[in-house]
Parts: sequence; structure tokens; C-alpha cells
Amino acid sequence: MANSREADALAADASTNYIREKFGIDDAIASSVLDAALSCGGDYAELFFEHKEAGSIVFEQQAVKNATRSLSQGMGVRVLSGEAVGYAYSEDLDLAALRKAAETAAKIAARDEKTPPIDVVHYETPQYYSPEGSTVDIPAQDKVDLMVRADRAARAYDPSIARADINIVDELKHIAIYTSDGRMASDVQPLVRFNVSCLSERDGSRQTARWGGGGRMGMAYFEGSSPEALAEEAARQAVLLQSSVEAPAGTFPVVLGNGDSGILLHEAIGHGLEADFNRKKTSNYSGRIGELVASELCTVVDDGTIDESRGSINVDDEGNMPRKNVVIENGILQGYLQDRISAGAFGTQPTGNGRRQSFKHYPMPRMTNTYMLGGTSDPEDIIKSVSKGIYCVAFSGGQVNISNGDFVFSVTEGYLIEDGKITAPMRNVNLIGNGPDVLTKVTAVGHDFKLSDGRWTCGKDGQSVPVGVGIPTTLVSAMTVGGTNIG
Amino acid sequence: MREDLLSIATGIVEQARKLGADEVDAYVASSAETSARVRMAEVERIIDATSHAASVRVIKDKRTAVCSTVDLTPKALSALVRQALELATIAEPDEYAGLPDRDELALASQPNLKLYDERIESLSIDEMKDTALRCEQAAFDYDSKVTNSDGAEMSVTRGVVALANSMGFAASYPATNAAIMVEAICDDEDGKKRNDSWYTVERALHNLEDAEYVGRKAAARAVAKLGARKLETTTLPVVWEAPVVRALLALIGEAVSGELLYRRSTFLAGLEGQQVGSPLFNLVDDPLLEGRLGSRPFDGEGVRSRTVSLFEGGAFNGFLFDSYTARRMGRKTTGAAGRSLSAPPSPGTSNLVLTPGEEPSERLIEGIEDGLLLTDLMGFGVNKTTGDFSRGAQGFRIEKGKVTYPVTEINVSGNLKDMLASIDAVGDDVLWLGSMGAPSIRMSQLTISGI
Repeated sequence: MANSREADALAADASTNYIREKFGIDDAIASSVLDAALSCGGDYAELFFEHKEAGSIVFEQQAVKNATRSLSQGMGVRVLSGEAVGYAYSEDLDLAALRKAAETAAKIAARDEKTPPIDVVHYETPQYYSPEGSTVDIPAQDKVDLMVRADRAARAYDPSIARADINIVDELKHIAIYTSDGRMASDVQPLVRFNVSCLSERDGSRQTARWGGGGRMGMAYFEGSSPEALAEEAARQAVLLQSSVEAPAGTFPVVLGNGDSGILLHEAIGHGLEADFNRKKTSNYSGRIGELVASELCTVVDDGTIDESRGSINVDDEGNMPRKNVVIENGILQGYLQDRISAGAFGTQPTGNGRRQSFKHYPMPRMTNTYMLGGTSDPEDIIKSVSKGIYCVAFSGGQVNISNGDFVFSVTEGYLIEDGKITAPMRNVNLIGNGPDVLTKVTAVGHDFKLSDGRWTCGKDGQSVPVGVGIPTTLVSAMTVGGTNIG
Repeated sequence: MREDLLSIATGIVEQARKLGADEVDAYVASSAETSARVRMAEVERIIDATSHAASVRVIKDKRTAVCSTVDLTPKALSALVRQALELATIAEPDEYAGLPDRDELALASQPNLKLYDERIESLSIDEMKDTALRCEQAAFDYDSKVTNSDGAEMSVTRGVVALANSMGFAASYPATNAAIMVEAICDDEDGKKRNDSWYTVERALHNLEDAEYVGRKAAARAVAKLGARKLETTTLPVVWEAPVVRALLALIGEAVSGELLYRRSTFLAGLEGQQVGSPLFNLVDDPLLEGRLGSRPFDGEGVRSRTVSLFEGGAFNGFLFDSYTARRMGRKTTGAAGRSLSAPPSPGTSNLVLTPGEEPSERLIEGIEDGLLLTDLMGFGVNKTTGDFSRGAQGFRIEKGKVTYPVTEINVSGNLKDMLASIDAVGDDVLWLGSMGAPSIRMSQLTISGI
């Protein structure tokens, strides 16, 4: 979204006003707290103010079962002394409480020489999304209507659908960051997710499937994606599992469907390219910039600037602007995802990937929207090229061991490929691979790039942040499929 | 930390009643966390902070809403109650909604489960830092093959939770926990890294393992993985090392939830009273153990805690219920309500304890001609509705009764029902980590996917 400079100036004014309104904070107060944070000689300090309203409505058996709403707010203060971090936070936002937290974090340093904070300049942030129309403050009945529509659609899909469990979760988060090196930035971050879980019961056999979507949007999300479509998708997957067969056990070619399969990139390479692991040399990708780490067909991007995507941010949680970062270009490792500390260690610039779950958490390098660019192959030809393998469409999650590179992801909708044709649906199965190994085995990339709908959350060191993934149809020539059929 | 939680909780209840709630309970929590993390013998991060929050569940005309806030000023709490009553109007009346029956509540007295260690109050950040440094150093000293560390940390939390409801229940209890952890990393010959971590977590400082023991254990586990390779695809008997049995218990703990039962989304639905597991499988949920991480004097709704036998001689005895899921299924609550700030209560486990058997754990391996010793699982590949289990794994090959070489990048799969039935040996070793106590076990056969 393009925006004029005039609009930016207005936005900056508005942000100053809401920070005063939400937090009772102005530049003078922030400066006084930063001063306390550097009172023991720290090199750098930053304040992260957050005000978050979140809600959920749970709908089951054709009725609203309950509704929730929560308010959390506070300030986290981080002080750096070299690469060492002192961190404290407070939910009370009066000056005495803020200074007390700052003085606690300050103790990480023990130096006589003090660096006073520089007066902050208010940075203008881009607007890849807008809080307008956020679902948090609209009448609850409007959200209930969406769930009623989804419920009807799920039941109508198939007589075997015995339950539809639906919920909508949303939040509106105001953040403001003040740094001792003179930066002030703020953002208002809407987030909505609509989830449907369906139970199919047929002749005593029970199968469940989940589906959902969302983004950094308000009600506009439901203009692009109807609740009916989300519900039918969950119902379709549950019914499909009724006729599923055992998945094979062993090593096979794997065709990853476009969109959701981007979770492979997130696990196989995304985490390994987060700069903290590389600074500490605990990642398999440490010291490999400039080397071929993937098939030449692979160009992988982490991009926090996609309009209204779940993983997008207008500013990261350290006050840096998000970017479109090409991490792998034609198979060659270009760089890591940097936060402030790691960028300092590598002598480079932050890449806008410093993120945190909340004011109670320290920032670290995190992904935003991670995806692989489209290639030239026809997706149908990719399927046809496989004589015996599997085709994966939907997933429930993944995990990686950063150090040894082993990663897994769990397939919830997958099929056998026999003689170049997609045949029987498979029962839920896990795939395991080794990141650096699997990406060298990408032998075809389709021209059908797709970003997944906004339903992914990434966990690292106990902190959750919303992310996006995307990928075109991709062939991995060999991966271990954890089925039960040894056949 | 705040001392006035119980009066805040009872104040919320009073106000909600005054404003028209039929039934209400309030849950208020306060905690202080302190941690010291070191890496490569340098301080990496110190965290020191306190927090608090209040949550209210109101039920009016059988309609339920839950609201929470971190702002504990009288004005904000008043707004919280009004917000909850307003929000409840959008829910449909639910005949099962409500607080527990009065005779279920722990009204008279609550057991003292020794969940609080005063020594944690006076533990300094410097002492915690020194402990973390000793832990990491012990990992490096264990073997020169340990070349890197992902850091060592000591952390403590002190907390108080208070619960009050409109039936006159009002109680609070303090709790602490302390932990020490480290991750050791080695370089393998193929350029890969091999890593493992170990930790100790307890309510009281004096129950923690020595920092040096934790360091050596992490190092030993990482070094043992050097030279790991894949296996051929096959089926093998599998010995589950005690630490990884906890992953199995966690899955069973989810599958016994009364919530999944009424959603018919657990493979255990319809199997109450039936023989599901091997006769060697005896599993208990016990919230009354002194000093354990999962212990609680009363549950998240104020219901008396009790020991529940989940599996006895392999027979599945039944599910864990809070008051809502119990009413819904025509049962009684089992005192299993878990509570968080931002959601209604729901049933969950406290401490899961798998009864040890009589075989020395080494014997589990000795009897195997060709098998797998499972040490690590990864991923989320479990379908709780069907019991289908498929997860990434690491471990060791067992040949002729002996552990021979480490294996990695394999997958183990089966169905939880069959897996429980296939347990043919349970060790006499019991490892307590956090809220689970488990011995090692052996399953007669699992599918291994590899090359």
C-alpha cells in the first residue's frame, strides 16, 4: 500500500496521541526511563510498550458456547551490555514502576562510564495493514453470524458431519518502542483467525479435521474468504479421511502442494537462518553465506511487508522496519535473519526480524512470512513425473532441531502417487528430513506460487509469534515418510 | 508480588453478584520470575520481573463469559465485571454451564502439599548465575568432544493463585519452582552437529539435581549421539527410555480429557471399562503428591483434589472431568479443572505417574536381538481422534541385547491403542521430571521408517 508523506505525518501524530492516551507516556517520560535503564553503564536500552485487547467466541452444536475477552498491557525494558541482556517488565505504567523496572534491567551492566540516551526521533512506519475495521471492536453478533454461516455449511457438506466446532479469535495490539539511540516507532496490529473443526462419523469410524484462516485484517478478511469455504474445507478433509489408507513407510519422492507446504521451508531452513543460532554457531548453516545450500531451483524469501498477511509487521519489536529479505537465491545462501544483537555481532544491519511475543519477552530473530518463489514447472507434470511417492496438501505443524538439522512436519491431507497419478488419500503421517539435505533434493518447482492462508503460529524459546508461509508445487526427490505400511 | 489476591478475588465475586451474575468465580494470580542464563562462560541474559492478572467467569441465565485484565485497580476491576456480564449476553443458554456442586468444593480445608520453598525468596541473581556457570562448565569438562553450548540457565518463579466463587469458596496458595538446564553441542565427523539438553525442575531448591550432574548428563547424551545414522525401514521392538516415556504419557493425558470425550475426538471414547493397554500398564493422575510440579490442593474451580486411576492392569478406568464436561456427560467432576486467565476451565492432568514394574531397566534391552532404544521424539504427528501416531525420532540401535550405535532422522509410527497393548516390559526405574514420573518401557513392535 502506497501512502503519501502527509498521511504519514498524520499517522505519526495520531500514534503520539494514542501512546499518551493508552500508556500515559510521552517523550520526556520515556527519556527519563531510558536514563534509569542506562544508570549502570549499559550500552543500549529500549522500552517496549504494549496494550493488547484480545477476544474469542466459541461456537459449538449450533450455539455460542462462551465468549472471552482479555486486556494485557505493560512495558518491557531491555538493557544491553555488550551482547549480555538485562530484561525486566512492569504492568504498572506509572513513572515510579517504569523506573524501577528500568533500574532492575540496568544491573546487567557495571561500568562507571555512562552513555545518556539520545532524544528520540519519531520514525514513520509503512502501512502494510491497517487497524480499521478490526474485529475486536465490532458488535459480537456480526462475528456470531459468520460462525452460524460456517456451521450450516459444514453440516450441509456431508451427512456424516456430526459436529462442527468453530471459533474466532482476534486481537488488537498497540505497541510503541523507544530506544536510547534515538528511535521511536509505533504500530497498531490487528489480527484475526477463524477456525473450524469438523467431526465425521460413519459406521462407527470417527475422523476429525481442522481448517482456518485469517490475517492482519478486520472483517474485510471475510470478503475474500467466506466462512462457508473455510468450513467446507474442514468438512471435506474429515470426510476424506474416512476413506484413507495406511501411509507408506520408507523413503519416497514427495510432492508438496502449493501454499501450506511452505511449512517445510519454515522448518527445514527458516529457523536455521535465524542469526542468533548462527552467531552462536549452533546452526547447521553457520559460516555458510555464499555457499550453495539448496538446489539451484530454490529462491527463498522472508518478507514482513506483504499486505495484510498474518506474518507481516509495519515495524519490528525493536523499532526496525521490516524488509523483503532474500535469504537463498538460486540455491546460494545470501544472509541471515537479523535482530539488533546479532546484526552487531555480524557487523551488518538488522533485517526487521527482531520480534517478541509480548512486553514480557525479549526480542530475538524471528521469521515473518517465509516463502519460496515460483519456478517454471507445470504442477501436473510434476505429479506425472513420480511413479511411486506421496502428494501433501495440508499440515498440522512441524518442528526442527536447529543443531543437527533434522526436521519434521505432520501431513493431515496427503495422497499416494502411483504411476504419475494421485490415488488414495492417506492417514495422518509425519515426514522427517534433514534441512540442508532436503533442500538439495528439490528437483522441480512449479509456477503456481501460493501464500498459505493466515493460520500459522511459530514457537521458539517459549515465545509464540504469528507467521506466514508459502510455496509453489515442489518436488523433493527423497524424504522419509513415517507411515505404517512397509509393503 | 501482591499479597492481596484473595481479597481482590472475593471483591470481584461480590461485585458480579451485585450486578446480577447468577454464578461467578474469580481467579487472580501473581508471580515473580528471575532467571540467569549464561553461554560460553559469559552472562547472556538476566530476567527479573513480577506480574499479576485477574480473571472472572460469570454465568447469567446459563450464559458464560470469561474476561481478564492485568489492571487490578478498583475501577478496572469494576469495568471487568461489567464487561463480562455484557459479553455473556451473546452466549446461548447452556444447561450444563455453572459452578461445581457445592459438596464438591474444598470448602473445609486444603492439604498442605509443600509447594512453596521460602529459600527461593532469598536466592540472589549472582548465586543463580554461578549455578548456571557451574552447570555449563561441567558439560564442557565431561568430554572435550563438547565444543559448543546453547547456554545454561537457572530460573525460579514464585507465585500465588487465589480463587473465589459465589458459593463461598475462597482460598489461595503460594507455589514456587526452580529449574536448571543446559544444552551441549558436539561436532560430528560429517560436519553435522549433535546436541542434547538436560534439566531439573522442582518446587524446592533442595530437591534439584546438582548443577554439575545436569551438565554432565547433557554432555553425555550429546556425545553418545556422535556418529548417528539412519536405519533401514523395518519393524522392531522398541525400548522407550524413561525421559521419552513422558511424551507418551502427555498424549494419553490429553486423550483422557472429558472435553475430547464429549467432542468424540479421542480414540479412548467408548473404551471405558475395557482392556486397552497391556496388563503392565498402570497410570494414575495424582494432584496430591507433596512437592510435585503438577500438585494442587484444589482444582481450577475449587474442587477437592483427588487421586484418579486412569489405567489399572491395562483396563481404561475413565476420563478426567471438570464440572462442565462432567455434567455434559452425566458424570461427576474428578477435580481435574485446569484454569488459565483467558479461557473457561477445562479438564487437564496434574501429575501423571506410570507405575514402575519389576524388571531392572537394563534387562529391557538385554532381551532384544534386534531393536531400537528410543530417546527423543519430535513433531506433532498424532491424531488424537484415531490414535494414529507418527513422529520423528532419535535413539540407538540394539543388537544382540546391547546398545550398538546412535540413529537419527527416522520416524516411528503405530496406533496408540495398539502401542499401549504392545507394552511387554516395564522397568523398575522411575524418573521424575516436572509433573510426570515414568519408568522405561518396552513395546514389542513399532514401525520404523528410514532409508
